[in-house]
Formats: sequence, structure tokens, C-alpha cells
Amino acid sequence: MKKMGKIEKLCCAHCAALIQEKIAQLDGVQEVSISFITQRIAMQIDESKADAIVMQAERIVKDIEPDCVLKF
Amino acid sequence: MTKENKKVVLRIVISAALFALSLIFGKTAAVSLLLSIAAYVTVGYDVVITAVKKLLRGRALDESFLMCIASIGAMAIGELHEGIFVMLFYKVGELFEHIAVERSRRSITALLEKMPQSVTVMRGGEECILLPEEVVVGDTVVLKPGDKAAVDGRITEGFASMDTSAITGESAPRSFGPGDEIVSGYINLNGSIQLRAEKEFYDSTVYKIMEMVESATMKKSKAEHFITKFAKVYTPIVVALAALLAFLPPAFSGYADFSVWLHRAFVFLVVSCPCALVISVPLSFFGGIGNVSRKGILIKGSNYIELLSRVHTVAFDKTGTLTDGNFTVARVETNDFDRQLLLALAASVESHSAHKLAVPICAAVEHSHMQVEDFVEAAGLGVRARVDGKAVACGCRRWMVESGVEGLCADTNETSVYVAVDGVYAGRIILEDTPRENAKAVLTDLRKNGAERICVLTGDHASNAQRLKTLLPIDALEAGLLPGDKVNCIEDYLPAGVTCFVGDGINDAPVLGRADVGFAMGAMGSDVAIEAADVVLLNDDLAGVSEAVRISKKTVRIVKQNIIFAISVKLLVLVLGACGVAGMWEAVFADVGVSVIAILNAMRLLWSR
Repeated sequence: MKKMGKIEKLCCAHCAALIQEKIAQLDGVQEVSISFITQRIAMQIDESKADAIVMQAERIVKDIEPDCVLKF
Repeated sequence: MTKENKKVVLRIVISAALFALSLIFGKTAAVSLLLSIAAYVTVGYDVVITAVKKLLRGRALDESFLMCIASIGAMAIGELHEGIFVMLFYKVGELFEHIAVERSRRSITALLEKMPQSVTVMRGGEECILLPEEVVVGDTVVLKPGDKAAVDGRITEGFASMDTSAITGESAPRSFGPGDEIVSGYINLNGSIQLRAEKEFYDSTVYKIMEMVESATMKKSKAEHFITKFAKVYTPIVVALAALLAFLPPAFSGYADFSVWLHRAFVFLVVSCPCALVISVPLSFFGGIGNVSRKGILIKGSNYIELLSRVHTVAFDKTGTLTDGNFTVARVETNDFDRQLLLALAASVESHSAHKLAVPICAAVEHSHMQVEDFVEAAGLGVRARVDGKAVACGCRRWMVESGVEGLCADTNETSVYVAVDGVYAGRIILEDTPRENAKAVLTDLRKNGAERICVLTGDHASNAQRLKTLLPIDALEAGLLPGDKVNCIEDYLPAGVTCFVGDGINDAPVLGRADVGFAMGAMGSDVAIEAADVVLLNDDLAGVSEAVRISKKTVRIVKQNIIFAISVKLLVLVLGACGVAGMWEAVFADVGVSVIAILNAMRLLWSR
């Protein structure tokens, strides 16, 4: 299923790329795209693992950019 | 500028002042040192804090940390002013990036921000003021002069002249009346109208456009993928080289000139961040998408921009796309009947009909002064009347045959209006639809921009379409096609290069999907078209196709310029730095300067025509 969200206070383009890569490696994530310019994230994920993925994604974001807020 | 950015500007200014002072008082070591440290802390404290935070989480290759090492390291080996200069300019570059990104972000939300805060709706016979989100389908919305439509709807009462520029990019106002569709974002210039809301706020056009432009950057181009991969390897490699540079060469001389090599290693660290590329490339594509969206052209992904820049074949649907759906009289065929008379008789009768074929027939004849009586119209079939005493019937072939008229000419499958006078077949008027006024210009433009094959695919009959070949610069014409055949044609074109298809969307969804880039025309309000197409032309103007190609080429050109420029300058600095020719002043200037230039280059698209 498709899951779209916003990543607020994303100020480092490099970090955006890193976050995208780490989320792409999560189990159940088929595709993920983060646009640094529009501060948006779009994922194609396994519906059954949706909750776990969201939780892990939030942790990844906090790890890389502590000031960032991930909202779905 | 945001508050945060303003604070950074203040810090930079104060720091620069302190820095200048420290240079002036250079003789007094203690004072100079104090001023220098103050300058460094003022401008760089947040970078140091971030660097430490990230280091604790194991992110050692973060640019904050590397910048800190380079600048503090430089100060530690005695190059005090260089260290401060590096941090100062790094912050300037970072500020510039933030402002550029902020400006770009605001450009799309600007469309939504200008939406009305309230909508006047008639409920229970009374006018009430609602929020745009509260309007439901079926509500009667009242638009007074000056009001901006917040939802899509159809006019139920009143006439108005409206400014459609927010959506279509057209500056000339258009007139609308009852039955016409109004799209959110239109501004009512004069006249008071009521409309029936057909969509809610979040489904309405202006919101969807903003959504589409925002989501367009999610579909990444090959260039963006390349940059991501490049950035991943570039930083580690440069840092590794820096480490080698710091420790290997001095080993041969017994670490006597350690500080010299350490200095060169710091130069490497300063150039180790590929920020210029990582930001400017996506920004360029965003600029291209934003640029055309203001002209009513919605490109749904950065990857389509790349494809369009390499366009090879463009296939057009005929009726309604290359042609404007209006017909003209091509010729009049009769056996012995006088041609002029036939036309005049037909025009007299047709002048009472509003059928799309009646209009051109009447237009072909100056007002005939014949007496018309007993006019009768058989909807979709034909018209008949008594003209100057004669019984004249005009209509389609089937109707003629069914009415018992004999001796019709051979059926050539051309759009015709057959005419019978007093029950006897007299002749027929053959009509054809005309190409759009700007069709020739658009096709010529496309060729200029690299399209090598221009084709027309149509379900219409060959003879109708043939004339197009003489009027327009077309390479191939495929007529008599069924929708499935169109897909096959596209598949035949695909191997030669990037293939585009331009259609009106409603029946063309599979073709739009099969083509590399599918354009949907006149797609206002048509959800099917908006879904299926890769590029949506909101203002029903064929020129959108050539414009999309032109801007795409410009975008890709700018991206290539930035990539080549940034990488070459960085390589140059690395080489010169290793040789000791380039110092930290040059390195940071090159790094920040390259960033600024690349970003400005990228922003060109957002600002220019």
C-alpha cells in the first residue's frame, strides 16, 4: 500500500538521502522516496507491516536528524 | 526570510566584524586570539554542537564534524585566521542554501495560500459564510465580483468574466455563463454568479494541482539517483584520502613537516561535502516543474523532464487534439445540380440548426435571402424545410437512405452532409475539421527541439486526415485506427527513442500509459485524464507540448552544467590542495562559491520564462 507523509524541519539534503536509504532497507518497504525540497515522503509498503515500519522510520529519522519530525 | 535565518545573518555579521577586528589588531597576540575565538564561537557554535551530537550517534562523516575538524585543526596548527574564515564562509553557504530552499518551497504553497479564507454559500435560502473545507457537493456557492472560486463547480445562474491565470497561465479574461464549468482558482472579475459545487475543497483543482506539483519531485530522475550514489562514495573517499595525505607523506620525512601535510588534509576535508550537487540537482528539476506549472502545464515527475529532453517521436491524436473540433466546408459535389445553389439551399435550411455541421455550412454562404418555411429537425440525423417553395432535406447518409432518396453517390467515408431537393438526390457537401491555429508553429517548434518523428494517429478515415499532411509538417499518418491499434503504433515507435503521445485523455488512457510520456489536453476537471497522463495540459493549448519539451531541455542542460562545474572545481581544488598550491581560503571559497553558483543556476528556472 502507499503511505505518504511529511518530514518537517529537514534542512540537510544529505541527511534526507541517508534517511531514504535506511528506510529502504527496512523489512516490508518496497519503495521509498523522500523529496528534500517539498519535505515529503512516499513509501510503497507491505500493509501488514505498516505499524512496525512507521515506528522504525520515526526512529531512523530521529537518529539522523534529531530536530526532524516525521508525520504520516 | 525566516526568524532563524535572520538570527544566522546577525551572527555572521557580528563574527565577520570580530574577525576583521582580530586582523586589525593582529600585532597584539592575546587580543587577536581573543577576538578570533569570539568570532569563531559566534558563527560556529551550533555547528560544533551538531557535530558532537552526531558523532555520539556514530555519524563521523557528517559535514558538521568534518568542518569542525578542518577549522579547529587549522587553528590548532597556527593558521588561526584560516580556521575562522572556513567556518564563516561555511555558514554563509549554508544560509544561502536554506534561503534558496525556503523560497522554492514557498513558491508552490503560494498557490494555496492565496485561496479565499471563506466561501459564501446559500443554505436554506440564506447566505452563510463557510470555510472552504465545509462546502459539500451540491451546495450553491455565490461568487461576487472579486471573489476567487474555492471549489470546482458549474454555473447555475449569471454571467461573469473571469481571470483564469492562476490555473491556466492565460492572462486574458474569459467569459462564462450558465452551464459552464468553473474551476477553483478562477477569479470573478465582474458579474455575480451562482454555481453548484461539484467537488469538495480537497478534491478541487487548485488543491490537486498543488498536490501534483509537490509530489512530482518524488519521481526522481536518473540524474538525482546518480548524485545520491556519488555523494555516498565521494565523502568517504575524500576523507580517506585526507587521512592518507595527513599521515603518509610526512612519514617519509620523519614527520618533520607534519603540519604542512596536515594542513593539506584539512583542505581536503573542506571540499569533502558534495552539498552543491546534492541540493542544486533536485532544485533544478523542481524549478522546471514549477516553471511550467505556472503556464498551466503539470509535469508529474522529474523523470519525465529527463525523458522529454530526449524526445524522439511525438504522436498526436487527431480530432480535438491537433484539430480544434470545428469543421469547414472542403468541397461540394453534385452530378448536374448547380453547386452554388446547392450550398445556398442547404445553408438556408441549416441556419435554423445548431448542429456542429450546420455552422460551417452557413459560414460558407453569405446570407441568402431565400424564404424558409416548415423547418423540422431530426436530431442527429438531418434537417428539412421548404426553401423558396422547394422541399430541401440535408442530413447524414443513413437518413437519406431511410427516407427513400435514391441515386446517392458512392460512399467515400468522408464527413458529408447529403442534400436532397424535392425528394431527389442533388449532391453533398464534404466537410473537414481544421487544425488548430498554432498547430503548425507547435510542430515546427517540436522539430527544432529535437523531435525527429511527428505522427498522427486517428480513428478517423484516411481521406479526412490526408489533408493534414499537406498543411502540417507530419512524418506519418495512421488512420482508421481502433483504440487498441493506437497502442500498437506506440509500441512500434518505442524502440526508436523517447515516444510521446498527445491525446484528449478520455478514450486514450491505455495509449497514454504505454507511451514514454503521455500528454492529456483540455484536461480540466477530467479525472480520468489527469490520472492516466504523465503531463497534464490545463489550458487546452497545444503549445503546452512544445513548451514542456523546451523547458525540459533547459532543465537538463542546467543540471548537466551544475554537475560538470561542481565536480571539476572540486577535483581541481583537491589536486591543487594536495600539491600545496591551494590553501583553505581557496578551498572554502570554491566549495561555497560552487554551491552558490549551482543553486543560483538552478533557481534560474523558477524565475525565468
